[in-house]
Amino acid sequence: MNKKIIGKLAMGLTALCAFGTIAAVLWIVGTIVWQGAPTISWTFLTSAPSEGMTGGGIFPCIVGTFLLVLIMSVIGVPVGTITAIYLSEYVDRESTFAKWVRFAVNTLAGIPAIVFGLFGLGFFVRFGGGGLDAIFSHGKLHWAQPNILWASFTMALLTLPVVIVSVEEALRNVPQELRAASLALGATRWETIWKVVLPNCMTGVLTGAILAVSRGAGEVAPILFTGAAYFLPQLPGGLDSQFMELGYHVYIMATQSPDVEATKGIQYGTTLVLLSLTFALNFSAIYLRATLRRRSIQ
Amino acid sequence: MDTKIKIPEGLRKRMRPSDWIAAQSIRAVAVVSLITIFLILVFVVKEAVPVFTGHAETSQAVAVAGPNASKGDSNASPESYGGASDNSAAAAPESYGDDSSTAAGTAAAGDSSQSDTSQAAATQQSYGGSGPSDAAAGVAAEAAPAAPDASGEELSKPKPFTPWNLLSLSWSPVSNENPMFGVWPLILGSLKVTFIALLLGGPIAILSALYTTTFAPRWAREIMKPAIELLAGIPSVVLGFFTLVVLASILQSIFHWDFRLNALVGGVGMALAVIPIIYTVSEDAIAAIPRHLTEGSLALGATKWETNFLVVLPAATPGIFAALLLGVGRAFGETMIVLMATGNAALIDPGLAKPVRTLSASIGAEMAEVVQGDLHYSVLFFLGVLLFAFSFGLNAVAEFGIRDRLLKRFKGI
Repeated sequence: MNKKIIGKLAMGLTALCAFGTIAAVLWIVGTIVWQGAPTISWTFLTSAPSEGMTGGGIFPCIVGTFLLVLIMSVIGVPVGTITAIYLSEYVDRESTFAKWVRFAVNTLAGIPAIVFGLFGLGFFVRFGGGGLDAIFSHGKLHWAQPNILWASFTMALLTLPVVIVSVEEALRNVPQELRAASLALGATRWETIWKVVLPNCMTGVLTGAILAVSRGAGEVAPILFTGAAYFLPQLPGGLDSQFMELGYHVYIMATQSPDVEATKGIQYGTTLVLLSLTFALNFSAIYLRATLRRRSIQ
Repeated sequence: MDTKIKIPEGLRKRMRPSDWIAAQSIRAVAVVSLITIFLILVFVVKEAVPVFTGHAETSQAVAVAGPNASKGDSNASPESYGGASDNSAAAAPESYGDDSSTAAGTAAAGDSSQSDTSQAAATQQSYGGSGPSDAAAGVAAEAAPAAPDASGEELSKPKPFTPWNLLSLSWSPVSNENPMFGVWPLILGSLKVTFIALLLGGPIAILSALYTTTFAPRWAREIMKPAIELLAGIPSVVLGFFTLVVLASILQSIFHWDFRLNALVGGVGMALAVIPIIYTVSEDAIAAIPRHLTEGSLALGATKWETNFLVVLPAATPGIFAALLLGVGRAFGETMIVLMATGNAALIDPGLAKPVRTLSASIGAEMAEVVQGDLHYSVLFFLGVLLFAFSFGLNAVAEFGIRDRLLKRFKGI
């Protein structure tokens, strides 16, 4: 009898934790949707901040975020995919080298985002940009400044492990028989990869790309000092210009806005846009991954 | 290459130049992307080295223009970020003075996210915004007594910097006479927030994982999975925003703390960030427990909860420990949540309901307004090295120390 009560309590405790977590998630999302929805309008999405950041919309932030993740994926996804191909097709999976590489990738995934920001500043902005300036503009400051290119590079590096892990998983799901059959027909290794393996794991590559984009759109720490701007009167004109970004906008509006109370609507609205963007991306990735799994089982 | 390798058709493995090129370039890209990982360490350390070699100049040129000295900006202009971001950034950490007069004495007791008046005024001023009221500007001048009056006064000679300064007990990098770069308050701050987050998020995540893998009916499992994925997908800046705007107010109305934003609030927000990680990894660990363990326990007459709590949970300890380590790593390095919701004052104080400034938040808040190459800049990179080393060490332990032991343990059974 006593045991039964303890059992019930124990189970109740675990259930409480689980449902508490679910409730917390619903609460967070619900609050943001509830408070943010009234702000969302066509003008909010398509106009620039005005009245000293206390009015207007978030159009430049949306454009900035879009450009950031676009450049980031153009750089990061191919590199990540190729690294994953190398790891799973060219190197013995159980070898010591592969283990170390996997450890390195895990480490990369565990490094705090702000350290990536430091690296972006130290390597891309100061070293890379400084080098470019020394060669092309005779020491005049041009590339050695935070800009959208360096921010995208930094973000690409941050999201590299996401792509690598996702593509590797997809490659593992391509049946070994397909490779064997292709090689047996006389195709070379590269032909096998290019014409047989890759087409069969495009979903995985896509999943990786989407997850990377979702991560990149949500992270703010790496771009704090590699390119994000508080306010810009015009949209970024080139790779060497700074940009506004949704997450960064949420951060500055909530902490450094001229009038925090008056801009509550903008803050919630921006958060809602950011949240819907990342959720949409995440769920399409989850959906794609589920299709991938189903297909590999068949 | 083609001419060199002449292999009889059909006898040996075909090796075309295109194949060779593909293989080599794939290897090159892979190696480059792996080398980058080491480059990160190299470059973060490289920028931090001047702290120890002493080449760094103490910031004679005032990097930070105080809210009341916007002219001072010109000093920083060659390296500054240009444009509006510079101004906004310059305004942020200067405004240590709290809006309430209670903590006016300790210049460190700030609450940047409250956007106290000094900050607001500074932002408007630099921003050329719509009419900064004179009163607000006056408050700004008052609230930031430590701000260097760069417009006219000659700066007093700073003490020569030694690496021992890093071990001092106070962090006041923008002080003019005697900048202090003691990392202890920051480490303490990071540890406090991590501790609270783990204390709160750890049990919740582990018990939830236990529930979904053992007790839960199918439908609960079906809800839990997307909920956790949803939580994991929320960007940290959104969590920080939520903590700052909603959680902090609610907690404040319950506990009536002296400071609205403090380590506890940040820790609660951080718990939301670590729950998905701990949950996912410990769920894997619990699900990997061999069936014969649970069935053996049940066959011996143990009840379901006894089995789950006294057999499954202990057996999954290594995995759960790894999960907690990963959670620690995340919480220790997370920036946006602590930057927004912990008050950002570098205090050494045992109290949990006090504002704290963490390692990552210091980098995030101060990096945008230092002169590149200056001492303060190098010290911030040194903080980055600390963060890097910490996360690297945790990862190594979680990877090698624990996973192997987990495997050995199951093989032994």
